[in-house]
Amino acid sequence: MTVKVAFSGSLRNRLVVTLIGGAALLALLLFFAVRSYAVQIAQSGQDSILEASVTSILDAAAIRNGVIELDLPYSALSMLNTVADDRVFYAILENGEFLSGYQDLVGQTDLMPSGFLFETRQIRDSSARVVSANRLLIGADRRIKVQVILAQTQDALSETLSEISRNAALFGFCFFTLVAGLSFWATKNTIGQLDKLTHSVTRRGPHDLRPFTKPVPREMAPLVTSLNSLMMRLEQSFAQSEDFIAEAAHRVRTPLATVRSYAEATLQRVDKEENRDAMRAMVKAIDESSRAAGQLLDHAMITFRAGHLEQHPLDLVELAQDLVLRLTPIADMKDLKLELDSPQSVPFSGDSVLLQNALRNLIDNAMKYGPTESSVEISISHKEAVQIKVCDFGPGFPAHEIDTLTKRFQRGENAKGTIGSGLGLTIARDVIEAHGGEIQLSNRSGGGACVTLSL
Amino acid sequence: MRYTLTLVLILVFNSAAAEGWEDQAVFGSPDAENTLSIISSTDTALFSPMLEAFIAEQPNVTVEYFVTGTSDLDRRVRKTPEAFDVAISSAMDLQLKLANDGHALPLPNILHPSWAQWRQSVFAFTSEPAVIAINRSAFAGMEIPESRQELIEAMRARPEVFRNRVGTYDVRQSGVGYLFATQDARASETFWRLMEVMGSLNARLYCCSGDMIDDLTDGTIAVAYNVLGSYAQARADSGKAYTTILPSDFPTTMMRTALVSKASTNPKRAEEFLQFIVTYQSNGHHTQKALPPLAERQNGTERANIALEPALMTFLDTLKRNKFLKEWQDALIQN
Repeated sequence: MTVKVAFSGSLRNRLVVTLIGGAALLALLLFFAVRSYAVQIAQSGQDSILEASVTSILDAAAIRNGVIELDLPYSALSMLNTVADDRVFYAILENGEFLSGYQDLVGQTDLMPSGFLFETRQIRDSSARVVSANRLLIGADRRIKVQVILAQTQDALSETLSEISRNAALFGFCFFTLVAGLSFWATKNTIGQLDKLTHSVTRRGPHDLRPFTKPVPREMAPLVTSLNSLMMRLEQSFAQSEDFIAEAAHRVRTPLATVRSYAEATLQRVDKEENRDAMRAMVKAIDESSRAAGQLLDHAMITFRAGHLEQHPLDLVELAQDLVLRLTPIADMKDLKLELDSPQSVPFSGDSVLLQNALRNLIDNAMKYGPTESSVEISISHKEAVQIKVCDFGPGFPAHEIDTLTKRFQRGENAKGTIGSGLGLTIARDVIEAHGGEIQLSNRSGGGACVTLSL
Repeated sequence: MRYTLTLVLILVFNSAAAEGWEDQAVFGSPDAENTLSIISSTDTALFSPMLEAFIAEQPNVTVEYFVTGTSDLDRRVRKTPEAFDVAISSAMDLQLKLANDGHALPLPNILHPSWAQWRQSVFAFTSEPAVIAINRSAFAGMEIPESRQELIEAMRARPEVFRNRVGTYDVRQSGVGYLFATQDARASETFWRLMEVMGSLNARLYCCSGDMIDDLTDGTIAVAYNVLGSYAQARADSGKAYTTILPSDFPTTMMRTALVSKASTNPKRAEEFLQFIVTYQSNGHHTQKALPPLAERQNGTERANIALEPALMTFLDTLKRNKFLKEWQDALIQN
């Protein structure tokens, strides 16, 4: 019997999603961080070259004979040579007035008091980095402020940046793949511990209620502790049930047997016919009670044992022979013959106590309903499946009740006057179903009932 | 304005007397469907083998070829960029500045080594050293100088032979002359000493290599300094009157460059033409009469070409140029 477990999400999925989501987020962050850092470095690289160039131009300025002279150094523009052949523009101004270079560079840039002013702007349809700086020259009679504006397009920079972006993206992707792989592995490993425990729980036999002693990860210790304590309680409960059944059987059967023997003794001593009848009725009632108690306990025991079936190899023929041997005295009392028809041996794997109980109940029933001087036929065969068949020569099952007879406490209509609790077939059915087989009721054409157990 | 200019150009072209052009020529069938207009500083004779090869490959193109000086070429392209599809010049600095100022069309499909092109806009296709050309008769019985220093010594030793008989570019007029002079000045102080000596001998100044070689051939001058090697080579065999010297102290090697005007009306043809000359020059179609190929970068800096880099614009700066020209005039024009 399995109870369907309600799921609420999956630990594995949750772990994987969290880890991979985190990895993706980190990879993205990494990409943007590397990229923005690279942009800064590349830009500052370009800036420092522009700054050096402007400085060398300003250094070349001098006042000679009261006139400004600026001998543009070859190296100033040479150092601006880039892989992408970036365009270069410059303008030289004297006290804010254009002297030489590119006049369209002037205008937007204001004259700074000191230091370098960097900006990025569009020049002749391309994005350019513009730097401007100035220098105060002091002549004999006047002060001249020389300003240099230098601009360089950013083709090489954007080439570098796109290359860095590509590399950063590749780097981020590799990082992501690595972390994703790691998280799959970590998840599998973690969940694996749970799987291992589940496996070792499932693998256990039905009566193996020993505590788990194999080492488990610390986080799983509370679970295993609870499991162990649950199993301890279960074991106690099982033991108590078994004790109770044994105790109850003993306590009920013994006084009944005592009362019956008293009643038998009294019957011998009583002479009056009406008293004797009363005593016989009493013995019959006691027999019925005793049998009912026995069957009830049998049924309880079967219910208990069938829940966790123990399977051992056994021989069905041997089991049947043993039973026939034990029941022969009772059959003799009723002038019935027990006939066993079977091959040499039929090996089977199952619970011998239960199987014996089931068979005994069927033979009991057959003996009860079979008329005196008849026989009860027991046959065991194993052609395709193992079959045990018990037949009598009694009145047979009422045709319309065949389907319902195996229900608990159900007795056939023709059972009146026969001792019984109605549990015999139920017990047989429970045992057979616990062994994965089925029970079939049928009537023989010449009269008499047949019960077939197919295993 | 544009219309008028075009009209003027057509008129100029139709009239036999080419106004303002040193030379002009039409290659290919005049009624071909496509016309490619090339402005160049290279003499037609040197360029025609290549143009004829191009026409042979593309018969439906007519090439109009205009020749002018490097400075004039720069001026014209800036003034009427739509009038020309391709500009070819030996003044690397002016060509580079044209591209820097956005007058050149980038051609990303042309594969060319990075040192021989700038921004995929300016493409170099020759390597041409500036040489010293000397008239053999002037040095008869004397050792021929191998370097600038030796030339200075030779001129100082016999000023009477060289007075009024030395020539060089007038750097005020010639773009390529200015490029050679500034690169020489960058390389060594010897240049200034040479200019001073030449100035003291009352040097003649020329607009172009062709004129210098003419005068050298007929003995008007004995020494021509910084002549384009390609021109001198092309005509060296004719008379054996002069010989060329590659100065051993430091060479100045220029790369002839081509660019497609951004305002070109036929950019696709122009790109095909550039692709053609770049390939043509690297395929070894070189005869004595044609332009030299683009020299591979030699090991070390010994014969390095002038680098195509923004620094070329340094000497084009107004202040710098004025200063340089003043020094040059002070050295060379002494009377």
